[in-house]
Amino acid sequence: MPDAVALYRTIRLIRRFEERAIELVRSGDIVGGVHPYLGQEAIATGVCAALRPDDVITSTHRGHGHVLAKGADPARMMAELAGRVTGLNRGRGGSMHAADFSLGILGANAIVGAAGAIACGAAWAGMLAGSDRVAVTFFGDGAVNQGVLLEAMNLAALRRLPVLFVCENNGYATTMPTAGAVAGTITGRAAAFGIPASTVDGMDVSVVLDAAREAVERARAGAGPTMLECLTYRFDAHHTFEHRVRLRYRDDADVAAGRSRDPMQIQGARLDPDERTRIDVAVETVLDEAVRFALASDHPDPAGALDHLYASGLRARPGVA
Amino acid sequence: MADVTATGGTITYREAVAEGIAREMRRDPTVVCLGEDIGAAEGVFKTTVGLFKEFGPRRVWDTPISEQAIVGAAMGAAMTGIRPVAEIMFSDFLACCWDYLANEIPKVRYMTGGQVTVPLVVRTANGGGLGFGAQHSQAVENWALAVPGLKVVAPSTPADVIGLMAASIRSDDPVVFFEHKGLFASKGPAAPEGHVVPLGAAAVVRPGADVTLVALASTVPVALRAAETVAAEGIDAEVVDLRCLVPLDMHTVLDSVGRTSRLVIVEENPYQGGWGATVASIVADEGFESLDAPVRRVAAACVPLPFADSLEQVVLPTADKVAAEVRRLAAY
Repeated sequence: MPDAVALYRTIRLIRRFEERAIELVRSGDIVGGVHPYLGQEAIATGVCAALRPDDVITSTHRGHGHVLAKGADPARMMAELAGRVTGLNRGRGGSMHAADFSLGILGANAIVGAAGAIACGAAWAGMLAGSDRVAVTFFGDGAVNQGVLLEAMNLAALRRLPVLFVCENNGYATTMPTAGAVAGTITGRAAAFGIPASTVDGMDVSVVLDAAREAVERARAGAGPTMLECLTYRFDAHHTFEHRVRLRYRDDADVAAGRSRDPMQIQGARLDPDERTRIDVAVETVLDEAVRFALASDHPDPAGALDHLYASGLRARPGVA
Repeated sequence: MADVTATGGTITYREAVAEGIAREMRRDPTVVCLGEDIGAAEGVFKTTVGLFKEFGPRRVWDTPISEQAIVGAAMGAAMTGIRPVAEIMFSDFLACCWDYLANEIPKVRYMTGGQVTVPLVVRTANGGGLGFGAQHSQAVENWALAVPGLKVVAPSTPADVIGLMAASIRSDDPVVFFEHKGLFASKGPAAPEGHVVPLGAAAVVRPGADVTLVALASTVPVALRAAETVAAEGIDAEVVDLRCLVPLDMHTVLDSVGRTSRLVIVEENPYQGGWGATVASIVADEGFESLDAPVRRVAAACVPLPFADSLEQVVLPTADKVAAEVRRLAAY
C-alpha cells in the first residue's frame, strides 16, 4: 500500500496535470476544453490506492484524476487531450473518454450515471471468471438523480456484486447546487437497496483511503457493494468553456470558502518540506515531458478516420461507390 | 439454405431461439444470458426454454425490470471477458436503454482507438401482428440501423435463427438480434449441429426473373405469399431475404436487380426512416442503370401500431399490398 509520500505525489501529479491542461486549452492546443478535477484529487488518489492492478474502474467526464491515479501514462494522457495519435485512445476519445484497458481503466464516460451499470457488468464478469477483483464506479452528485444509477445499485445489491460506488459530491451538478437537485440524501439512495454507505471527508486522502480499503475488502470477501459519498469542492469551472462565457452561479466568497481546504495542502503538510519540494520538482519534470511529448506528436492520419469501428473490420458504406 | 434441409424434422422459430443459444453456451463457457423472466420462467415467449435447467442461475440471470442495467451490465461484462446474451423483452423497450445502444456500446471501441471489443448480443422480440398495442408491437429495426457500430440481425426462419444466433454470439462486435413475434410459432427445417449463417449474407429464397422483392424477417413470408399470388398471373418474382441490416449484403440485392430491373422493398418498420430507404438509396447510387421502373417501398404507415385487427392490417405491409406494387412495376 502506498505511503504518505506516494499519495502526495499522485495528488500533486493530478493537480499540476490539470493546471497544465488548462494552459493548453488557453493556448488552443487542447480543442474542446476539459472538465477540471481540481480540488477533488484526494478521492481518485485514495480510492485507487486501495486497488490492485487487476481491479477495474469507470470514470466520468471529469475523469483525468481517476485515469492518472489508476496508473495511466501522463504523457499519453496529455497527448489524448491534444488529439494526437500517441494518445491513450489514438486521439479518438479526447478528455471525456480516456481509457486504458491494460490498466483496468474501462473508460471515462460522458453520459452522467451511465457507467454504474457498466461497472456492475465488469464486476459480474470477474465473479464468473472466479476472480476476486472489484469494480469501482466514480460519479458526481449530479448522477445520483439519474435512474440508471438506481437500477445499477439495485442490481449490484441483488447479485452481491463486488462494486464500489464512489460519489464525488463537489457541490454542483454543472451549475446546480447539490441542495437544489438532491431530495433526501445521497447515502440514503444506497441505504434503500441495503447497500452500506458512508459520507467521508473527500479532501483528506488518508480518510478516503481508509474508507475505500474497507469497502474493497468487503467486496473481495463476497459481501457485495458499498457506497462512499466523498465530500469535496470543485475548485474550478464545470468546464473550461465556462472561463469564457463567465457563468455566474457561485460568488467569490463561496469559492474562497470551498477552496479553503485543499487536499494537496492537507497531504503536503504531512511531508518533510524538503521531500515535498523534491516531489514537486519531479512531478514538474514528468509534466514538462508530457506536454512536450503531446505537442510533438503527430495528429491522426485522416485516412484512418473510419478505422476501429468494428472488430471484424467491416467498413461503413461511404455513400459514394 | 440447402445445408439445413437434409436433416429431416422440424422446429419452431421460438424453439430455435433457445436451441441456438444453448448450442453456443455448450460450446463456450463464457456465454451467459441475462434478462427479465428468461430463467426459471423460461421466457415470456418461451424462447429460453431449457437454458436455466441446463446451465443454472450462474449463467442464466433472471434480472429485475431494469433495461438500462441489463444492457449496461452486459456491456461491462462483454468488455471484460464474457459473451453476454441480453434479452430486452419487447423491442419497443429498447428505447428505455437506448443510451447504451446509441452512446455506449457502439462507440466504445471506436472512441478508445480499438482498445476493446464488445462481444454481446441484445435479443429482442420485435414487430406487430399480434394485437399487443402500440407499445409492444412496433418494428424498430430501423432504430438500430441508424447507429454506426452495431450489427443488426433479423432472421425469418428457424434454421436461420440458429445459424445467425451462432454467428452473432461468436461475433466480436455487438449485435442487436431481432426475433419477430409473429414468426415464433412458425415451423421450418431443423438446423444440423454446427450450423452457422455468416452475418451479412442475404439469401435468395425464391428465384425469379421479373421483379425483385427485398424483405426481412416477417416480411419474407409476406413477400413469398405475394410472389405466389402474382405467379398465377404470369409474373415471376424473386425474393431476397436480407437476414441482416448490418452488414448489409447489397451485392445480392444489386445482382438480383441487375437481372430483374425492378425492385419492391418490403419492410415492417415505418416508411419514415425505414431501412428500405437505405436499400433504395444504394440501388439509386450503384444500380441506377439496371432499373427499368421506379423503386417501390411497401412499409408500415407512419403511425404507432393500432390495436384493433382491422386497423393493424391497414398499417402493416400485407401480401395484397405487395402484390399490387409488383403488378404496377411489371406493367410499367
